[in-house]
Amino acid sequence: MIKLFKVKERQRELAENANGKLPIKKQSAGELRLHKDISELNLHKTCTLAFPNGKDDLMNFEVTIRPDEGYYLGGTFVFSFQISSIYPHEAPKVKCKTKVYHPNIDLEGNVCLNILREDWKPVLNINAVIYGLFHLLMEPNHEDPLNQDAAAVLRDNPQLFESNVRRAMIGGYMGQTFFPRCI
Amino acid sequence: MAESTVHQSRSRDLDKLLLRPGNLVAPTFEPGAQLRDDLQEYAKILVVGAGGLGCELLKDLALSGFKNLEVIDMDRIEVTNLNRQFLFRLEDVGKPKAEVAARRVMERVSGVNIVPHFCRIEDKDIDFYRDFIIIVLGLDSVEARSYINAVACGFLEYDSDDKPIEETVKPMVDGGTEGFKGHARVIIPGSTPCFECTIWLFPPQVKFPLCTLAETPRTAAHCIEYAHLIKWDEVHSGKTFDPDDPEHMKWVYTEAVKRAELFGIQGVTYSLTQGVVKNIIPAIASTNAIVSAACTLETLKLVSGCSKTLSNYLTYNGVEGLHIKVTEFVKDKDCLVCGPGVLLELDTSVTLQKFIDMLEEHPKLLLSKASVRHQATNLYMQAPQVLEEMTRSNLNLPLFELMGKVPRDIVHVTGTTSRDDKKASCLRKLCLVFKGADAVTDQDMAVGA
Repeated sequence: MIKLFKVKERQRELAENANGKLPIKKQSAGELRLHKDISELNLHKTCTLAFPNGKDDLMNFEVTIRPDEGYYLGGTFVFSFQISSIYPHEAPKVKCKTKVYHPNIDLEGNVCLNILREDWKPVLNINAVIYGLFHLLMEPNHEDPLNQDAAAVLRDNPQLFESNVRRAMIGGYMGQTFFPRCI
Repeated sequence: MAESTVHQSRSRDLDKLLLRPGNLVAPTFEPGAQLRDDLQEYAKILVVGAGGLGCELLKDLALSGFKNLEVIDMDRIEVTNLNRQFLFRLEDVGKPKAEVAARRVMERVSGVNIVPHFCRIEDKDIDFYRDFIIIVLGLDSVEARSYINAVACGFLEYDSDDKPIEETVKPMVDGGTEGFKGHARVIIPGSTPCFECTIWLFPPQVKFPLCTLAETPRTAAHCIEYAHLIKWDEVHSGKTFDPDDPEHMKWVYTEAVKRAELFGIQGVTYSLTQGVVKNIIPAIASTNAIVSAACTLETLKLVSGCSKTLSNYLTYNGVEGLHIKVTEFVKDKDCLVCGPGVLLELDTSVTLQKFIDMLEEHPKLLLSKASVRHQATNLYMQAPQVLEEMTRSNLNLPLFELMGKVPRDIVHVTGTTSRDDKKASCLRKLCLVFKGADAVTDQDMAVGA
């Protein structure tokens, strides 16, 4: 299949111009797909993006959501996105950087969203994930709890949950936990 | 005299293949002593990975008459490797796999030279990979395969009829095993599907819902993942978990045991903890041997042309009985990694804005609202606004300059195509050739003219 004499020729050529080309950083297929995802984002007006490492690093970015209705109205929530080189074979890694009193987001910023883990499919995209996060802020649910206390309050006493969310967003203690202001 | 007898007997069987003509051979096959000698002198082969498959591959390639081998692996030897990575001994634990593997094979097989590289595959210049006639992969991750595939396909050039140019084809032979299952495949970029063409063949990794881990664990793996993904962050705020640090692993194991006791779950062990956290797949020595043997034979056939090669994907499944199957996958003609892309000839003076306008008119593309990426640089992004603002100033600059004044290179564009009044988003690979750029020696003069 391979003609060896061509190899011989090439080895001679290589020896002749040893320092030919500059090393080039190889971009992954994941970066290309992400490029497409990002350039096609169609975001709700409450969502904005930031690229802390500049225009060329799309693999790490932040999404800020400012809900315009629901329990979290008025708050500002920042989510960090980390994309792997084999995206979309693997889901984005998302963390909530804002400390939030939320049944599906724990105090370390882990987010319980099905499409980020067990239900991720390569046909999904960044847009879908951002809408998923938006939905989570619009409609927190007590059935998939990561913050068990918040989930129990939401289930048993939605009014108390609402005032707890307010208190946390204004900034202050909820039990032992301090929530910085995010309004 | 003893030396020459050994030599003769070792190449005797190989000679039968390489010195005589045959019917089922590749069209390029030129039997003869010259071929055998060239094979030994010029065929330089890279083995990526010196683990379970890598050890087998090095041994098999050395015993098949290849004399110039190199091996690259970033790992050090661990005790748990010793059951199947037969080139390593207990006293080697902690040493680089590539170095020990190379030394051991050279000790056993006289005349073979193996150069070890103890580093990450990304640490090597792209040109390092150019040197090899074939790259043989004995890897365990999708990421690493994807990287090597991108590098090998990056050498590929097409002629004006979109036919691969033979000298630029860098074939790969990829092996993989998982317990009783394995695969061997031949990737000839431009002819057979590359790794990205068929990436969907890899099953998605199993991931448990976080809320199951937090609230309703049912298995030992749930308890381990809880300690690894949730408890670790809770206790060590800001410190990243390092799976290769035994202290970290022990901590996760201890926490997982506590968790399992709390929920009355059996089966958390230290080795299961390692398995779950590092996503270790059980390895069986003989599966590695079978897959490596297939890969080595395909390598020999590819290099020498002494027989037709596997076309193009062999699966071995020894789970229920034994099933072996060869499937001929087809390549994705629009593959972003191995496909030819659309060839465009441009003047060196064309600005990025003009280029974007041209894409809209181009009959093969009809691509509007294009965002343009060259290598790791975003030249222009239509959206989101923040990136549009950061890249807008590029629009008035000549594309030739933005791309570093190379006469020819690949760019990727995303945008909207409209065919038959239907709009669809698309991502395309373009091969840009700048007219007269080869002759330009003084860039300033060229721009002035």
